[in-house]
Amino acid sequence: MTALLEARGVSKTFNAGGFFSKKQLVALDNASLVIDADRPSITAIAGESGSGKTTLARLILGIIQPSAGQMLYKGKELDKMDGAERRSFRREVQAIFQDPFEVYNPFYKVDHTLVLSVEKFGLAKSRAEARDLIENALRTVGLRPEETLGRYPHQLSGGQRQRVMVARAFLLKPRVIVADEPVSMVDASLRATILESLLKLNQELGVSLVYITHDLTTAYQLSGSILMLYQGSVVEVGDVERVIKDPQHPYTRLLVGSIPLPNPKLRRSGDKLRVTLDEVSANLSEGCRFADRCPYVTAICRESSPRLYLTEPRRATACYLFKDSPTATSEEVSRASA
Amino acid sequence: MNAEVLQVRNLRVRYYTTRGAVKAVEGVTFSLYQGEKLGLVGESGSGKSTIALALMRMIKAPGRIEGGQVLLGGMDLLKLSEEQMRLARLARIALIPQGAMNSLNPVMRVKHQIADAIFAHDGSISGRDADLRIAELMDWVGLRKEVPNMYPHELSGGMKQRVCIAMGICLKPQVVLADEPTSALDVVVQRQVMDTLESVQAQLGAAVILVGHDMGVMAQFVDRIAVMYAGTLMEVGPIEQVFEEPLHPYTQLLIATLPSLEAKSAFRGIPGIPASLLDPPTGCTFHPRCPRAEGICRTDVPASRELRPGRWVACHLQNGGRK
Amino acid sequence: MGIASSAARPRNSSAADESILGRFLNYCRRNPQLVAGLGMILALVLFWLVGSLLVDTASARPLAAMPDQEPSWEYPLGTDTAGRNILAAMIVGTPLTLKIGLIAATIGLSIGIILGFTAGYFGGRVDTIIRGVADSILPIPALAVLVVIASVIKQALTSEIMALIVASLAWMWPTRTIRSQVLTMRERAYVEVARLCGLSGPEIVVRELVPNLLPYLAASFVSATGSAILAAIGLEALGLGPQNEPTMGMTIFWANYYGAIIRGMWWWWGPPIVIIVFLFVGLFLISAGLDEVANPRLRRSV
Repeated sequence: MTALLEARGVSKTFNAGGFFSKKQLVALDNASLVIDADRPSITAIAGESGSGKTTLARLILGIIQPSAGQMLYKGKELDKMDGAERRSFRREVQAIFQDPFEVYNPFYKVDHTLVLSVEKFGLAKSRAEARDLIENALRTVGLRPEETLGRYPHQLSGGQRQRVMVARAFLLKPRVIVADEPVSMVDASLRATILESLLKLNQELGVSLVYITHDLTTAYQLSGSILMLYQGSVVEVGDVERVIKDPQHPYTRLLVGSIPLPNPKLRRSGDKLRVTLDEVSANLSEGCRFADRCPYVTAICRESSPRLYLTEPRRATACYLFKDSPTATSEEVSRASA
Repeated sequence: MNAEVLQVRNLRVRYYTTRGAVKAVEGVTFSLYQGEKLGLVGESGSGKSTIALALMRMIKAPGRIEGGQVLLGGMDLLKLSEEQMRLARLARIALIPQGAMNSLNPVMRVKHQIADAIFAHDGSISGRDADLRIAELMDWVGLRKEVPNMYPHELSGGMKQRVCIAMGICLKPQVVLADEPTSALDVVVQRQVMDTLESVQAQLGAAVILVGHDMGVMAQFVDRIAVMYAGTLMEVGPIEQVFEEPLHPYTQLLIATLPSLEAKSAFRGIPGIPASLLDPPTGCTFHPRCPRAEGICRTDVPASRELRPGRWVACHLQNGGRK
Repeated sequence: MGIASSAARPRNSSAADESILGRFLNYCRRNPQLVAGLGMILALVLFWLVGSLLVDTASARPLAAMPDQEPSWEYPLGTDTAGRNILAAMIVGTPLTLKIGLIAATIGLSIGIILGFTAGYFGGRVDTIIRGVADSILPIPALAVLVVIASVIKQALTSEIMALIVASLAWMWPTRTIRSQVLTMRERAYVEVARLCGLSGPEIVVRELVPNLLPYLAASFVSATGSAILAAIGLEALGLGPQNEPTMGMTIFWANYYGAIIRGMWWWWGPPIVIIVFLFVGLFLISAGLDEVANPRLRRSV
């Protein structure tokens, strides 16, 4: 397996507190992820807000630099690339963001962002060719050019705006699209069409996706493998069927158990996993971050952070419940995420 | 069946903009029974939040309540004077608005914000009594007793939302309207907030209207559901029956397009885009997106009929009880 | 999919009625303050243009007529002690006063835009330097500095040089405020998207940020003009202005110098005051009208 995009043990620390304070906030701690160059994949990164998933997305996109570890594209570290390599990276790794309104400059019509992409990457030699490319991209995501072009962002619905963004990302024929919570601000009924267009990009056009979300149901439906984040640490990684159907880490179990089932007959009545404290203090201790909320917590959990244990050939969980399994090497973790 | 605590009859609300009149709510009729949880579900722009604001008589220009009745315990809220309505708000009918947790005053401690609401209705209550009431509220919503002394930015999203619930129920209203209380929250916190709402309701013996767009959340929380589309109610009925056998094509699509955790399946969405309220389609507003629309759907507005006891549907295809 | 979904197309607006001109005119209808303010400034401009055709502007100079005359048919605003036709002096002086304000505001704001955007977008050391310089000069009382500069130059003062003097101290405030605006805009999602589209830093500033600040810049320009005119009038009223040009401030200075108030020559000190008041009320209305544009608007939802 050759790696197209790889995060090798990346960490990111921010300076919290004021000018004189040395307080650090560890947003992401030792996360590894691989996107295979040989076959298109869909990887989900799941977690609550504050879990570090957006930080990981920004590291992958090269918007910020890791404090530790390496972020590689085609084997080359992002901050060591020269101009041409950077350009090629920019083109091959695109993104879709969460807020379908904020991503548009309110001064311009929605055409602006599409035209800019074509222009800056030299995708077309003439206005007519550019127009064709844009209309084609819009049709690929299920929009009608005559109903979309020439309009201002506030004249389209949230779902339409988000789909225009998918079209924009697609225009550049990227190899990877990082979608940061693309449907969480869109109505539940409109989510399917957007996710469907993303799936189409993957299945028909071979684009790999990194799908960042807090919604496990859509993560399950869309992706092949999943990475669970909790307060900056990777707690579980592996094939999505296995992780969702048979969650191992207590946090994953809590999440999966909290999903509102679309079946009134299956109402959750108080189950065993009750959350003991609802807000957690900024965790500066050495132990497992989930210790305060974990129903299975033991003494060792508070002393040191568990490493990722390889519980199945392509699955790893960071919890002392599985300490009998071998510690996962970074290659094994990478393979689990691919 | 329990007593009716709120009756909404033929409510109509319009917003007058420079481009014309937006028909946000067009003749909505439903009842709310003692102690029940009614879900009001619809896409963005369906008019559901407008109904919540209208029930509180908080519609501001250029919006106007054009007609109808809102009977709370027999009293028509739309006919009350400004002062009477002000007293009724919070004390008899309360709203926890959308995005409430982001609207908490950042420079006031939580207890002062709740106390504000209490004092606005009863200036004679003593500070001590107000503190006791606040402590009781904190207990009801499951927050620690230190919380009233904290500032909003010191609280997490879920805690802030529970403070908003506490504010909403501080005067023990009969009806609580919750507008998308969990939209910005993660699944775990969402569940906590909904559990809180449920236990608070049980304590109060109040009736709750939950406004939202997620059928999954509705399935887990409400007793009855009212489905809104483009300003009108398409279907109303008990949640289990509606899920098992949805009668209106829109409801059918809403349920069918819910992603499941059972097995991987193709993504299904509702084709088309939500109808414009400024220039709605003629006849049944859903007809352009309806897979089963027929000629009459384009011309005649379907009336809402009680096809089975307690199940109302507004669809031409259902006339005569046919499916 | 059922009935043709062409009916589902949003029909509430067409591309045509959202053109820039259409939006502007629509806006004017809803914003009477802006229209009233623009009208007043326009009236002053017309006063100058039409007046120059009707009245002999040469008579705005001293010794053009018999001094100290009361208003009459020949001289509707009378004459002053130096023999100027006051009506002509007003007609000539109004555009001069306006000119000083506009030149000073343009220069000041241009510098402010360049420095403010650079400091706000690029941050780091550049920001620290620009901010440091602006912050050091800001607290210095402008009038004191201007008095010193003007009294050194004295005789060579023309209204253009006045404008430059005022402009030299007019750039700091715009720099600061524009920088703050840019700081908030810099973090907006559409800036990140622009980066993903391949735009470089300066391109983002010019193509993405500046257009969004246009309403704010317009409001800034109006208030900069007002402050510049005020500073100029202040200097002139002290006598530190272009001696040979009948600007509003200079007219007030001469009226004061020759004791016009005590001598009851209301036709001398009255008109410049009326014009100044008219000018400032107009500018105020424009800026009040633009205020609503400069503030971020809530998203419209139906």
